[in-house]
Amino acid sequence: MDKVTSILLVGVGGQGTILASKLFSEAMAEEGFDVKMSEIHGMSQRGGGVSTQIRYGKKVYSPIIGEGCADILVSMETAESARWLNYLKPDAKLIISDYRIYPPEVLSGREEYPQTTIEDLSKVADVTVVHAEKLALEAGSAKCMNIVLLGALVKGLGLENSVDWNGIIEKTVKPAFIEMNKKAFRLGVEAVS
Amino acid sequence: MKKLLTGNEAIARGFYEAGGKVASAYPGTPSTEILENISRYKDELYCEWAPNEKVAVETCIGASMAGARALAAMKHVGLNVAADPMFTFAYTGVNGGYVLVSADDPYMHSSQNEQDNRHYARAMKICMFEPSDSQEAKDMTMKAFEISEKYDLPVMLRTTTRVCHSKSLVEIGERVLPEMRPYVKNRMKYDAIPAISRLLHTKVEKRAKALAEYSESCEFNYAIDNGAKIGVVASGIAFQYAREAFGDSANYFKVGFSYPLPIESIRKFASSLDTLYVVEELDPFMEDQLKAAGIPCIGKKKLPIEGEFNPTLVRECLLGEKVEHLDVKTPLVGRAPTLCAGCPHRGMVLELGKVKDLIISGDIGCYALGGGEPYNAKDCTICMGASISMAHGMNKAFEQYGKDRKVVSIIGDSTFFHTGIVSLEGLVYNKGKALTIILDNRITGMTGHQDNPGSGYTLMGEPTADISIEAIVRAFGVKNIKVVNPLDLKECREALKWGFAQEETAVIITRYPCALKKYTQQDIDEFGKLSKCTVDQSKCIGCQACVRTGCPAILFDRKTNLANIDSIQCTGCEICKQVCAVGAIGK
Repeated sequence: MDKVTSILLVGVGGQGTILASKLFSEAMAEEGFDVKMSEIHGMSQRGGGVSTQIRYGKKVYSPIIGEGCADILVSMETAESARWLNYLKPDAKLIISDYRIYPPEVLSGREEYPQTTIEDLSKVADVTVVHAEKLALEAGSAKCMNIVLLGALVKGLGLENSVDWNGIIEKTVKPAFIEMNKKAFRLGVEAVS
Repeated sequence: MKKLLTGNEAIARGFYEAGGKVASAYPGTPSTEILENISRYKDELYCEWAPNEKVAVETCIGASMAGARALAAMKHVGLNVAADPMFTFAYTGVNGGYVLVSADDPYMHSSQNEQDNRHYARAMKICMFEPSDSQEAKDMTMKAFEISEKYDLPVMLRTTTRVCHSKSLVEIGERVLPEMRPYVKNRMKYDAIPAISRLLHTKVEKRAKALAEYSESCEFNYAIDNGAKIGVVASGIAFQYAREAFGDSANYFKVGFSYPLPIESIRKFASSLDTLYVVEELDPFMEDQLKAAGIPCIGKKKLPIEGEFNPTLVRECLLGEKVEHLDVKTPLVGRAPTLCAGCPHRGMVLELGKVKDLIISGDIGCYALGGGEPYNAKDCTICMGASISMAHGMNKAFEQYGKDRKVVSIIGDSTFFHTGIVSLEGLVYNKGKALTIILDNRITGMTGHQDNPGSGYTLMGEPTADISIEAIVRAFGVKNIKVVNPLDLKECREALKWGFAQEETAVIITRYPCALKKYTQQDIDEFGKLSKCTVDQSKCIGCQACVRTGCPAILFDRKTNLANIDSIQCTGCEICKQVCAVGAIGK
């Protein structure tokens, strides 16, 4: 319990990384852990790469993760995972969505979208690919991709049974979307072996 | 009960629990959510968006003089705007407690510079708290009100991005509302004319001595003894990084009340150590003071003066440890922030970028993103409101040398109300010919949709006067004004041509709501609703004209050489439709 677990959730502005992080952090706080979560607002939200960082354990000092200190990375967009590798421990787990968002650099033809991210990472690291868009659509809407990946994160950390996740979703999400998000969460859990 | 709060939420809660009654701010990352959260208690207090930070500070000075507890919040550069009233208010002191929140932004996540505002506390001869987590953010806000009233001065609460935007657990308490302090006319205290200010200055110097004494006993300044020979002095978020990097292998002196510094307590702390490190982000604020007091210490010799710290950086710089990380070679793709799909700035920015030999003076707001590819519609940015006055100065300089250069400024509605309004006043008064373009997207965009004097609503959600930019410009005496729809490229193009042809001051106002804004009924009445665009791929010739609008909703498939539109992101603004030469884009 003394160990602090460091989670990096990354994606592109507008993908709901903050909501997913908030749900997770509040659950950990309810479990009696000390929790810190750091997010970035402002200019980078306009289509830029975004990250939230969550750390939980018996006592947490820094709200942010230094280089080489993250235990697990959840990337809501494929190529974004590559931007944060320096922050990961050599044996970190990576959960990567195969959902792609092309940046203006690619749309305008100035840069190529990387095709080999998952392949390159899988050679040396513990990578799980989640078909987040497909699973989110199965749950009811592409908008709950963040909850699918939250489910995957929870499974990746082995916390799927120790916390009442359905209860947390019921408390946080608007009533009309509760069932959809519960299903998205479950599909995310099942996506990680 | 404990709750997970960001530093900003915790400051708002501290204000509420301390019986705060009046709060004012201009939005600015990373400080914006302080007032947004204070507004959640609007049934029990008053809060507002001010047009700029100077006005926010002055409104709160008035509230304090009247006898209420008041709080003004701003980002670091906002305090430059508000410095004028603050320096003199530091002389008069308060009636009701006064807290000034300065939220600094090391690494410039969303700022134009990374100034260290701790220097202001020293320059203003006031005192300062620096929280290092959300619990302290709340506790120090409350303590600051007490100290403000006890020592009769405004108190600065200095935070940084990582304190503002990190959540940690906070014990929630009850609101305790003090009686309003009586207002007593007292010119010798509040009327800062030279004869009185000389007396006030004497009082300020005496107060500084009392505060230095208080700092030595303040509960937020304390030592942690681990029996080590290495010691660390740290404040703010840097304390957390140091604590994590050194663990129990160092003694700590945690500085929470960081101006005046508790010099004698730190001297005593240092006396049993072999090495003393000062861990502080940005400038050597504490380090310089400790060295001046004859306390040997190591700080900026080993730690960076630029950017943010983190635990790994502290470990590497001070412990010489190399922290291994996952090492994989895989290509990265650029992903700079960009104008959103349907952004109403896009039309004017696109047309401006096409004008040859044009100097474009930019300002602070989303349109600052028009500087890069594919728009290339900006030459410079300095600070809020500066676009207009800088364009004016350029125009006058070129005139002096007989050079005929076209100069234009672009500024958003909220930035215009902030300080652009006085810049334009100066330009008009001095017969300026630089063209002014005010991009009115009906809201404060970049910081996340805060109301402003032109949006028709207050922070507390009440409908109010919707101040007309056009009427202001007309009242200044500008005869040449054009209001255009920025989603109509032809209208933008022609307005620019018109503007450059004017012999006297000319102003173009674009008017269309931000694509991310929640439309009010008034917005719907004025602008209607849009329907999404689609590409008829049988007509698309793959010329990529639509791609070059920079709209993130446009997808181009290199295999089929055809364009497509992401129906989730598309707002139906039709900019792409207007640039498509073959009519492949429709509804």
